[in-house]
Amino acid sequence: MAAKKSQQFDAVETLNAIEEKFEMVQILNEEGEIVNKEADPKLSDEELTELMNRMVYTRILDQRSISLNRQGRLGFYAPTAGQEASQLASHFALSKEDFILPGYRDVPQLIWHGWPLHQAFLFSRGHFMGNQMPEGLNILPPQIIIGAQIVQAAGVALGMQKRKKEAVAVTYTGDGGSSQGDFYEGLNFAGAFRAPAIFIVQNNQYAISTPRELQTSAKTIAQKAVAAGIPGVLVDGMDPLAVYAVTREARERAVKGDGPTLIETLCYRYGPHTMAGDDPTRYRTSDIDSEWEKKDPLVRFRKYLEAKGIWDEAKENEVIDKAKEEIKAAIKKADGAPKQKVSDLLELMYEEVPFNVQEQLDIYKAKESK
Amino acid sequence: MAQLTMIQAITDALKTEMKNDENVLVFGEDVGNNGGVFRATEGLQKEFGEDRVFDTPLAESGIGGLAIGLALQGYRPVPEIQFFGFVFEVMDSISGQMARMRFRSGGSLTSPVTIRSPFGGGVHTPEMHADSLEGLMAAQPGLKVVIPSTPYDAKGLLISSIRDNDPVIFLEHMKLYRSFRQEVPEEEYTIPLGKADVKREGKDLTIIAYGAMVQESIKAAEQLEKENYSVEVVDLRTIQPLDIETIIASVEKTGRAMVVQEAQKQAGIAASVVAEITDRAILSLEAPVLRVTAPDSIFPFSQAEEVWLPNAKDILETAKKVLTF
Repeated sequence: MAAKKSQQFDAVETLNAIEEKFEMVQILNEEGEIVNKEADPKLSDEELTELMNRMVYTRILDQRSISLNRQGRLGFYAPTAGQEASQLASHFALSKEDFILPGYRDVPQLIWHGWPLHQAFLFSRGHFMGNQMPEGLNILPPQIIIGAQIVQAAGVALGMQKRKKEAVAVTYTGDGGSSQGDFYEGLNFAGAFRAPAIFIVQNNQYAISTPRELQTSAKTIAQKAVAAGIPGVLVDGMDPLAVYAVTREARERAVKGDGPTLIETLCYRYGPHTMAGDDPTRYRTSDIDSEWEKKDPLVRFRKYLEAKGIWDEAKENEVIDKAKEEIKAAIKKADGAPKQKVSDLLELMYEEVPFNVQEQLDIYKAKESK
Repeated sequence: MAQLTMIQAITDALKTEMKNDENVLVFGEDVGNNGGVFRATEGLQKEFGEDRVFDTPLAESGIGGLAIGLALQGYRPVPEIQFFGFVFEVMDSISGQMARMRFRSGGSLTSPVTIRSPFGGGVHTPEMHADSLEGLMAAQPGLKVVIPSTPYDAKGLLISSIRDNDPVIFLEHMKLYRSFRQEVPEEEYTIPLGKADVKREGKDLTIIAYGAMVQESIKAAEQLEKENYSVEVVDLRTIQPLDIETIIASVEKTGRAMVVQEAQKQAGIAASVVAEITDRAILSLEAPVLRVTAPDSIFPFSQAEEVWLPNAKDILETAKKVLTF
């Protein structure tokens, strides 16, 4: 609800005027029709198909991950279904040189950036080899502390600017993350340095159980950019074309030297917060679920591609089979990782093992050799 | 060789490493044009440019995150936290993030960051400026914590800290900044991290201290000399990791030991040192290992500082207890 206009000062009017400006960008509606022709990013048929491939693949990965978790074959897992457009269409606008600083739900973007799937599974299982990043892969492991990655993104972006790289730092968080002090500090630092960063807030409506309305009095999260003096965009996070278009534009601005952008993607997670006991029926009704399911990114993109004649059931089944096969192989590979030892972990503490750690290392090595 | 104060030696070390390695960046609140509130970065921006020495917005967590991100781009960040009492604002970046970067990435990523910060009492700062919070840092695996007690050590230790590939917390005692001068070589030199230094040799008692308490311990030792006691003073220089070897060698020689810290007694560095001594050298001991510390209150308002802070007199009293046990 808009605040009431004050008698003498225009502060309330200014606020209301700003809030009204943040309208949701949509290009592809729920029926798979282009509703904003001018903004259409005009992806080639190959690109459109590839983006659909990734979204279908990732939906299968989510289903398999949930089931593997239930079988006790995966550890920590935060479901991604519903957020495919928000995650993968934003990632689709990036290049390999771009550096991703993810939140814990952002495993799909990391995989499509080049994180080997079996390593993502090892990460889920709490094995350090999951996070051993291959040379040249520009990602951090999923961040657990909400917002910590946002201030780091400002640093990566500033480093890229100093190195004169044509690349951006991209960080993801959720609606809850936008309440952290680090969120504002990250935006403000990147803005002050005009550093090439993109801050993506995937507003999936709930921070575990806390609804979006309780996070902030602001009408949108996108408008928080205004305070940092940087552009902010509100986008339909269930619309792959819109998410792609605004991210691409933000990236172009950043590499040109015009500074960072905040993007709020309005989306929804169909599943629980994580597989560690969260029960969404405690805070969401099935009515809300089905309302959002109507907006599903795969459904509308499928309709759009089918109408263009570049997608059909056979193609979809091909992707599904490929995903299932690769997931099976990756799990097998993860199963083959050596058992994690305390001595491995002690050796990872410092470049050179200090005296205190060395003593403990000797003890654990002796224990482990028995 | 020039006679330098500790603050000058620190500036000298920063200059040396900025010349040696173009990846070294210095940043923080007021460190650019202003040269830092204590002038530790005086002249650096002029010499090395705004690209390498720069002011940040006023937010410690942002400074910590900036350091981590810059390190991920191959830089060697040397941020300043204006006063170490402000460290709570950046605890996650330090303990939650940079301390575990190597660990959580299985050794594939590192955080070669050196955080410099003034700390310590006796200069009548407002509250939250002077607290001795080194124990918080030393309790975090993955960090190294360095505290120089002289201008000479400050230069060599800071150069080593900047070159170290793990995160280092480099704490500069405010009272030592300008309290005395010492000959400091103009050329570069390093002092290894994790190595204590015997600042004064003796046979009857080992006093283990660090930071400003080293000078107080030396004063006490000089007084005791007049009373025919020969006192050794070991300066830890690095409080994490501890130089167990030097500590134990000294205690085995003297048979009596005490530990001095400016921080409160509870859960402190001194307690760790005492534990290491009893673990490893109890049969060499002729007396209990006592501690001289500040009392377990919040760091006092400045009018009570002089009484609250441990000093040479307190050290002398405790030393006599240990010597005559």
